[in-house]
Amino acid sequence: MLLLNASGCLDALTAPDVASSLDAFVTKTVTPEPRAGNAPVRIAETEHGMLNAIGLANPGRDVFIRETLPRLRELNVPLWVSVGGFAAHEYAETCAQLDDVTIEVNLSCPNVDEAPDSAAEIVAACREVTANPLYAKVSPHSWDMAETVRALEAAGADGFSMVNTLRGVALDSTLRTKLARGAGGYSGPALKPVALASVLAARRVTELPIVGMGGVCNGRDALELIACGATHVALGTILFADPDAPARVLDELEAEATRAGFARPADAFGVAVGAVANLAN
Amino acid sequence: MSRPRRERLSVTGVESVGPYALLRVRRGRIEPGAPGQFFMLEAPGRVLPRPMSLCLAPPGELAFLLDPIGPGTKALARLDAGDRLHVFGPLGNGFRLDVPRPLLVGGGIGIAPLPYLAEALEHPPAVLGFRSAHHAQAAALLPCAEVVIDPTLVTDVMPVNRNVLACGPEPMLHAVRALAPDAQLAWEAPMACGYGACFGCVVEVEGELKRLCVEGPVLCSS
Repeated sequence: MLLLNASGCLDALTAPDVASSLDAFVTKTVTPEPRAGNAPVRIAETEHGMLNAIGLANPGRDVFIRETLPRLRELNVPLWVSVGGFAAHEYAETCAQLDDVTIEVNLSCPNVDEAPDSAAEIVAACREVTANPLYAKVSPHSWDMAETVRALEAAGADGFSMVNTLRGVALDSTLRTKLARGAGGYSGPALKPVALASVLAARRVTELPIVGMGGVCNGRDALELIACGATHVALGTILFADPDAPARVLDELEAEATRAGFARPADAFGVAVGAVANLAN
Repeated sequence: MSRPRRERLSVTGVESVGPYALLRVRRGRIEPGAPGQFFMLEAPGRVLPRPMSLCLAPPGELAFLLDPIGPGTKALARLDAGDRLHVFGPLGNGFRLDVPRPLLVGGGIGIAPLPYLAEALEHPPAVLGFRSAHHAQAAALLPCAEVVIDPTLVTDVMPVNRNVLACGPEPMLHAVRALAPDAQLAWEAPMACGYGACFGCVVEVEGELKRLCVEGPVLCSS
């Protein structure tokens, strides 16, 4: 099992120690052109999570490849590059320029149609130009996760990262939206059941690796994702509150596996999927 | 510069200062850092920690001035002696202290970093503004300061030809900058992480959106 960060939840160049405590570092999404991101206010806490509307702030593909990537390589942490765009060819052009990294295709960008066909087109275009491992980062808004996963696998995905944030809104005391943009991505503890359901649905139709993420705060949360069929786990919002979370979650994961009756965390892999299958019978 | 650390610290007490609360914690191995730097304080029961600049650094302690207006700051103000919370810091860039003829200017809860700053600068003159006499009780933390209460504003009484170091609400900082273009201003922004991870706290610096937690929170205005 690899422990990663969720894309956009860590800057390895600002916090190299935190990045080094992970098995691999996932970059913020890189788009073809530089993006300043959305105007503030960009984040807001809610009762059980947080909203963000950062808006894919990034220096753009050229600067990323020329300046950021060489500095990231110096950290000696395996790299996953999150690739974004607004059309299939934009994703593919970035993928074609990346060597020696795992690529995570962010299929939950603003203005990108999230229907399985469109996501599959993007993955197919990327597959055509790269032999690097290609993970599809899936939105939880899919009505039929099984169908989405099947389509992405057929398009050439090597694995899945799930889930991205849910769309949400928070209001202030005057009933105006707290985020300047209005809606934002909802993450944190409230997202965990959504992540578990998505991973479980995906695991029932694919044998490819799945990076499970969404509301993981502790070892028990990570173990539950593994039980639903995640092969790897990523930390998102918890990294904001606790930069020491990677080491802590790994420690807790061992203890929680023992508590649940498994010699190792990996032994819990997929056990919840089996239970669901039995119920269906 | 002090290296930031994250530790679980014991509360030694919470005192009322007018409508505000002064939260004192045992220092542990955490350094107080430079005046104007800040710390992320775990807010009990909340998802995200809260950024707070250091108000006072008595021996063995760190003290933070809070305005208990939201769920996080209210939870912090309700802590009791002996309760424990995670504290991470010091973070960001504080005030430059190598300035002749300094003047401290603070507004409301924005006076929070000034007592520690005043100590470092050997108690320079200060002007503090508050919205009411009740809020102005917090001026006790900076005994020699000139205090004004709304509708009088700090900019009405601020002497000129001084190097201004200021913290307060955004309109106050803009007004201070208009009078003192070289002022060092400590800004505030919603912040999830405090260490450059979330990109939530961006402010416009020289035409670009920059992370306040990394570039600030103290920015030179010119």
